[in-house]
Formats: sequence, C-alpha cells, structure tokens
Amino acid sequence: MVASLDRTIATPSFTRRMADRGVIGVLAILVAGLAGYLLMPNNLALLTQMIAVAMLVLSIDLVTGYCGVATLGHAALFGAGAYGAGIAAVHFGITDPVAMTAVGLLAGAAAGLVSGFVILRAHGLAQLVLSIAVIHLFHEAANKASGWTGGSDGLSAITPDAFFGAFEFDLWGVTAYAYGVILLAVVFLALQILVRSPFGMLARGVRQDQIRIAAMGASSHSVLLRMYVISGAVAGVGGALSAISTQVVGLDSLSFTLSAEALVMLVLGGTGSLYGAMIGTVVFMLFEDTLSAANPFHWLTIVGALLIAVVLFAPKGLYGSAAAFAGRVRRRPA
Amino acid sequence: MQTVLSIGVDALAYGMALFVISIGLSVTMGLMRVVNLAHGAFAMIGGYFASYAVRDLGLGYAAGILVAVVGTVVIAIPIERLLYRRIYGAPQLTQVLMTIGITFCVIGITNFAFGPTLKTVPLPPLLQGSVDLGFRSIAAHRIFVIICGFTVAAGLWFLVERTNFGVKVRATVDNAAMTAALGVRTEVVYAVSFAVAIALAAFGGVIGAELLPLEPYYALRYMVTFLVVVSVGGAGSIPGALIACLLLGTIDTTGRYLAPEYGEFFFYLAVILIVTLFPRGLAGRMK
Repeated sequence: MVASLDRTIATPSFTRRMADRGVIGVLAILVAGLAGYLLMPNNLALLTQMIAVAMLVLSIDLVTGYCGVATLGHAALFGAGAYGAGIAAVHFGITDPVAMTAVGLLAGAAAGLVSGFVILRAHGLAQLVLSIAVIHLFHEAANKASGWTGGSDGLSAITPDAFFGAFEFDLWGVTAYAYGVILLAVVFLALQILVRSPFGMLARGVRQDQIRIAAMGASSHSVLLRMYVISGAVAGVGGALSAISTQVVGLDSLSFTLSAEALVMLVLGGTGSLYGAMIGTVVFMLFEDTLSAANPFHWLTIVGALLIAVVLFAPKGLYGSAAAFAGRVRRRPA
Repeated sequence: MQTVLSIGVDALAYGMALFVISIGLSVTMGLMRVVNLAHGAFAMIGGYFASYAVRDLGLGYAAGILVAVVGTVVIAIPIERLLYRRIYGAPQLTQVLMTIGITFCVIGITNFAFGPTLKTVPLPPLLQGSVDLGFRSIAAHRIFVIICGFTVAAGLWFLVERTNFGVKVRATVDNAAMTAALGVRTEVVYAVSFAVAIALAAFGGVIGAELLPLEPYYALRYMVTFLVVVSVGGAGSIPGALIACLLLGTIDTTGRYLAPEYGEFFFYLAVILIVTLFPRGLAGRMK
C-alpha cells in the first residue's frame, strides 16, 4: 500500500504511467501477436493455446499474486469455461464464437464462486489441500457425467460458426488465433483497470494484512470471494478460447497437472504483475514445446531444475527480477 | 459380510502403508513448517532401490529394505543441505514450487534411468501365501503391512513421548526459538527428524509397493494423498495421522469396492468436508 501511494504522489514518468494504464501491454500483445503470426505461421495452434493458458495464468495471478491465496486447483475454473462453451455448442446448438465465449465466462465465474466458497474457508496448508481436492472433484465429476462431457473420450465435434459470418475457423487456425489475440488484449486492459481500481488496492491490502483490512471496516472474505469470481470469469474465457480453437475439450483441461503447470508459469514470470503472468506463460510454453520435441525424456527433469533455479536465484520471477534490476540501474546515477 | 471383511482388511493395510510413508511428512511439517511435496519422491526412491536390490541383485527382502532405507537417506542428505535449508521459513508458495521442482526432477531421472514400466519388489515366500483364520484367509503381505504400521506407530510414540530426544522434538514443534534459547541444538533435532522421516518414507515405499504400485509418476500421483493425510490429521501429530490414514484408507477402499466408476470422487468429497470442519486437522496444533 505504502509503495503504491508513493508512486501516485511522486508524479511518475510518462512511460511508467503508460505501463500502468496498460497501453504498453496492449500494444505489446498486438505486436507480439503479429510477430507470432509472421514467425511461426505453421504453429498457430500452439500460439492460440498459449493465449488460452495465458488467461488461466492471469486469473491465478489475480488470486495468488494480488490476494495471496495459494492454489493448486485453478484449472477447475479453466476447465469449467472450456466445458461450458463446449456443452453449449454440442448440446444446445450455441455455436456463435462470441456467445460461446460468453457462456465460458459465465461457467468460469460460477466455478470460481463454488471453488472460492470452498477454498476460502481455510488458510495455509489446509487451503492448499482444499484447492487440490476441488480440482480432483471437478475432474472426477466431469469423468462421471460422460453423457454431457464425453467422459475420458473428451467432448468432440464442437464446430463454431464463422466469425461474423465471414471468417471461418479453418485448419490453419488464423481466425482462432486472431480472435485469441484480440480477446487477450481486451482481457488484459480490463484487468489492468481492475487491479488499479480501489477494489484492486483493497485486494492487495488483504494480501498484506487481513487484520488491518478488517479494522478498516472491509470484509476480506468478501473481497477474496469477489476476486475469485472475477478470476473464474477470466479463466473461463481462456477455457472457451481453447474449446473454440481446438474444437475438442478433454479431461486434461480439468487436471491437477495443468493447475500446477500454470502456477509454475506464474511464478516463473513473477507474481503480482499482469506482465509477469504473460511473460511466464510464453517462456514456459515455448520452452516446453522446444524441449519436449527435442528430448521427450528429459523435459520434466529440466522443468524441475528450472523451477529450483527460479526459487533460488530469481525469487521474484523473470519480470519481477528484471524490473528490480532496472530500478537499481536507474537509481544508481542519481 | 465377506465384502465387509475384505474391505476392512484392505482398508487397514492401505491405511497403514499410507501411515508409514506420511508420518515422516507430518513430523517434518510440524517441526520445520515446510510444505514438502517431494516426500512421495523419497518413498519412490526407496521402492526403486529395493526393487533393484531384490530383483536385479538377488538380495533378500530384508536386505532390500535396508538398502532402500540407507540409500534413500544418503540421497536425501545433500538435497536437504543444499535445497531444503534455503526454504525453511520461506513463504508457502516458494516451498511448494521448490519441492514440486525436486519432484519433477526425480520423476524425470527415474523415468530415464529405469524406464516407464511398473517395478515390483518380489516378496519372500513367507509373505507370498495367505494366512487362514478359520473362516477366511487373508494375504500374508497385508498382515505384514498392518503389523509394520502398528510397530512404526508404537515406536514413534515411544520415541516422541518417552525419550529425551522426544522432549526436544516436542519443545521444538511448540516453539523453536524458545527451545534454541534454552540450549537445545534445534538444527540437530531438525536433521535427525528429517533423516528419520526420509527413512520411514523409504521403508513405507518398499512395504507398500503392492498397494501403491511403483512407477515414475508415483511421486506425483500420491504426493497429493500424503499431503491430504497430513492436513486431515494435523501436522506434527502421530495419533492424528494414524486416525487420518485409517479414515481415508477406509473411505478410499470402500469407494473402490462399491462405486469404482466414481473414481476418487468420494475420497476428495470427504477431504473437503473434513478439512472444512477441522481446518487445523483432526488433532492439529499447527497455528
């Protein structure tokens, strides 16, 4: 709280303000999106999946980085969005991509409400265990309700309509990719406004000192639960994007592994910053893709070693450490 | 009646295997406040050692257990010195990441060195048969696991409640700084407890190999189960862990017998209920 107060008083530089308002972020997303299209035109499916996972990581950042809730079960929200969009398309004939995204958003928010209600009842280790139990519960429920979800075969035959009747979701995945980039830019801008709003400040306060927040007259539980619902909506949009682009939803979207990997991506990039979440996702997924193609035996070992190295040498993550380094360099001449 | 009895025996054996492995985790978590997700990896290392010693080197079962325990502790000591030392007192998220990283490394290396296939620890003839109780026969191995479980529980209870070392352990669990101020070498208490915890994990990994099959993803698959046991029982409590293992073993085994198509649904539902009702565990004293 104190640090952020200082920042507003001491009229920040132009670039700083732009970064805070998310303009730089949106521009970076669009430029990176274009660069991805030009550099890896045959790998757009991977890039689209990366965008979907980036939304999951952003949504974990909201509860872990900003509110301090450690969770290993966040894929429940992502999977709920993916299955929501998929079920809407297969069973109810809602095949408009924007409508599917909206269904995913609502499903994710609902899952966020449910899992937030469960997880926020405990603290520390018990909270972690509850989050793990939630993701397994969702996974088993989806597996059992195979009439709706296709069970372990996955939910296939999702055929989204052409976007605005003009852009088909074809094999090349250009439409899905472009849609993903635009969605990510919109989500990023919305979240940047959210985390800088009074509500976002309150959430940071809850992470730093719950008792003081209570003494100020705010209910930390309600802040956390609302943040969980918002986070669910973001993850749900990511899940829906994944369902639209791959046209299939599998049980792996509701897995503990995805939850753990997404948390790893967040910490790799740096918690408590939207930029960190996105950088972590891109670095991790590119790394994983290159490495598992080059040597499928060792990639888990190397991911593990990377994780240990980050904890030991860059505890603030790539973005956090880089920002701290840049801050030191800037201050030195003065 | 037959079903109830089979469920009972299997649940007891499964619960005891869980207990032997996770009691070490419970003690270290109560002592050092480290969320150690790599505990299952050490149990797995123990199992692989025993499998290699018994199956490939042709040693006896008892010798295999000894090799497993000693080998795993030897591997664990440098890991504790170099990595765990850095995360004592660190935020929980950091501890989770570090220990997940260790787990990933162990899985990757095991997969590379021993391949992805299932490994077994061949049982000696004495444990292969079944014991006839007159109205029903029970696999001797199950009885062996149950006896081991109770022996470990009794031994630990004696160590913690009746010896000088146990007094130091309990004092350190309650207030480490105060205990150190009173002249107890808490780092020795930590080191010994960590070694005992790893040794028990390795032992449990070997004797439980029939119930929790050994393969490279063992460490990830059961990591959650062990963590759940500690959380349900309350970190640092031996009776709590014992009750939690028997309870969770019963729920899991009953679920598998009566409603296998639901998988672990009821297990995790029960976990959520118990943790919500007892956020500090059934017998927890961790604040």
